[in-house]
Amino acid sequence: MKKILIISLLALCMGFTANATNNDPSNVKDCSEGFNRASFKFNQGLDKAILRPIALGYRKLPNGLRTITSNFLNNLSNLVTIPNNALQGDFAKAGTNFARLGINSILGILGMFDVASSMGFEKYEKEDYGQTLGVMGAGPGCYLVLPVLGSTTARDTVGIIGGIVGGDPWYNVTVRNDTQYFKDSDYYISRGAGGVDFRAKNLEAIDNLEENSMDFYASVKSLYLQDRQKKILNSNQTTETQDDSDWDEVSSD
Amino acid sequence: MYFKRKIYLLTIILLFIGLSKHSYSIEPNIFVQSTVNRASTILSNDITKEEKIEKLKEVALETVDIKGIGFYTLGKHRKTLSDQQKKEYSQLFNKYFLKSFSSRLAEYSNPKIDVNSQEKISEKYTIVSSTLVGTDERPEVKIDWRIYTKNPEKPLIRDLIIEGLSLARTQKEEFNSIIQSNDGDINALFASLKEFINK
Repeated sequence: MKKILIISLLALCMGFTANATNNDPSNVKDCSEGFNRASFKFNQGLDKAILRPIALGYRKLPNGLRTITSNFLNNLSNLVTIPNNALQGDFAKAGTNFARLGINSILGILGMFDVASSMGFEKYEKEDYGQTLGVMGAGPGCYLVLPVLGSTTARDTVGIIGGIVGGDPWYNVTVRNDTQYFKDSDYYISRGAGGVDFRAKNLEAIDNLEENSMDFYASVKSLYLQDRQKKILNSNQTTETQDDSDWDEVSSD
Repeated sequence: MYFKRKIYLLTIILLFIGLSKHSYSIEPNIFVQSTVNRASTILSNDITKEEKIEKLKEVALETVDIKGIGFYTLGKHRKTLSDQQKKEYSQLFNKYFLKSFSSRLAEYSNPKIDVNSQEKISEKYTIVSSTLVGTDERPEVKIDWRIYTKNPEKPLIRDLIIEGLSLARTQKEEFNSIIQSNDGDINALFASLKEFINK
C-alpha cells in the first residue's frame, strides 16, 4: 500500500515538474479526461442530492448566523495560510494573518467575530500548499477531478497531500493525532461546512453557469484553472492576469 | 481683408470639427456606468421576465461587441473557417449570446454596481473596474469590464472579468473542448449552438 502511494506521488510529481514553466490555463493538459468527466458527473450527482439542498437550507438561516460560520471557517483557514505565507517569503502577510488569528480566536470568540478587521488588520487571500508550489515554480501538471473533492491539478493534489502529512495543523489535532480535545468528525464537519458556505454564496452563479453551458465540465475546468493562476500570481490586478495576445488579433469591423 | 476673413472662417470650422469630435468621444467608465444603469432600470421594472429579456437584448446589441467576442471565443479555429462558415458562425453566435446573456442577467433583481476606476491598457482596450454591491444572499463581487475603444465614439464591451475570471476566456475554452472532443470538427460546435438556441 505504502509502495503504491509513493509511486502515485512520484507519478504526480513527474507530471507537474514536466510543466514547471507553464501556468497558462489553456495549456494545462487533461490527461485522464474520461475519468475526470465520470468523476465530475458523480460530483454533480452529489451536489444535486446533498450539497445544493443543504446550501438552500443554509441560505434560510439568519444572515448573522451565516456570517459567524463564515468568520469561524476563515479564521481556521489561517492555520494553513500562515505557513504558506512564510514559505512564499511573504513574512509581512504571515505576521498580519498570525495577529488576525490570535485576535479573532480570543477577542472574536474562536473566530466567530472578525474583530481584527475592525482593528485595521487587513484581510488577505487564503494560501495553500498547491499555491506555494506554484509560486516556487512548479507547473500545474495534468488537470484532475477527484470524487467529492472536485477540481484540482497534479500539483494541487500534492499540495493537499502536504496538508494531510503534517502541513495542516487543524488536520493534525483532529484526525492525524489522537488528542483528547478534538474528534476526527470536527475536521470533516468543518470541511463540509466550508463546502456548504461556498455553495450557498455562489448558488445562483453556479446554477446559472450550468444552465447556460453547452459543456459544463469544460467551463468549470477553465474557471478553476484561471482562479488558480490568479491566486498563484497573488494579483488582484486584472491587467496582470489576462493574456491580451489573442484579443489583439480579433477585429469585428 | 478677404484673406483674413477666410482664415478666420477656416479656424472656426476647424475648431468646430475638433470640438464636435471631442464631445462625441465617451469615457469607458461613463459608458459602463450608463450601461449598468440602463440594465438596472430594466431589471427593477415591474414587467414580466420575458419583457425584461427582450429589453436586455436591445441593450446588449447596442453596447456589446458580440461579433468580436464570437471570433475571440473561436480561438485558433477561426483561422480555419471559410467565409461561408464565418457568416454562419456569426449568426449562430449572435443568437446564442443574446439568449445566454439575457437569461443569465434576468435572474438578478435590481443589482447595484459601482464603477470605481479605469485603466487604459492599449489604444484599443481600457479595463473598467467596478463592484457589484453585496446583499444578504451573496457577497460583494469585483467585476472588471474589457472595453474595446478602437472607436472612442462608440466603445463596446468585449469581456466581463468576475473576481479575476474572464467570461470570454471560459467561453473560448468551452467551445474549444466541444470542437476537440469531436476530432476538430467545427460543425459539432455549430450543432451544439443550434441545440442551445432551440432549447
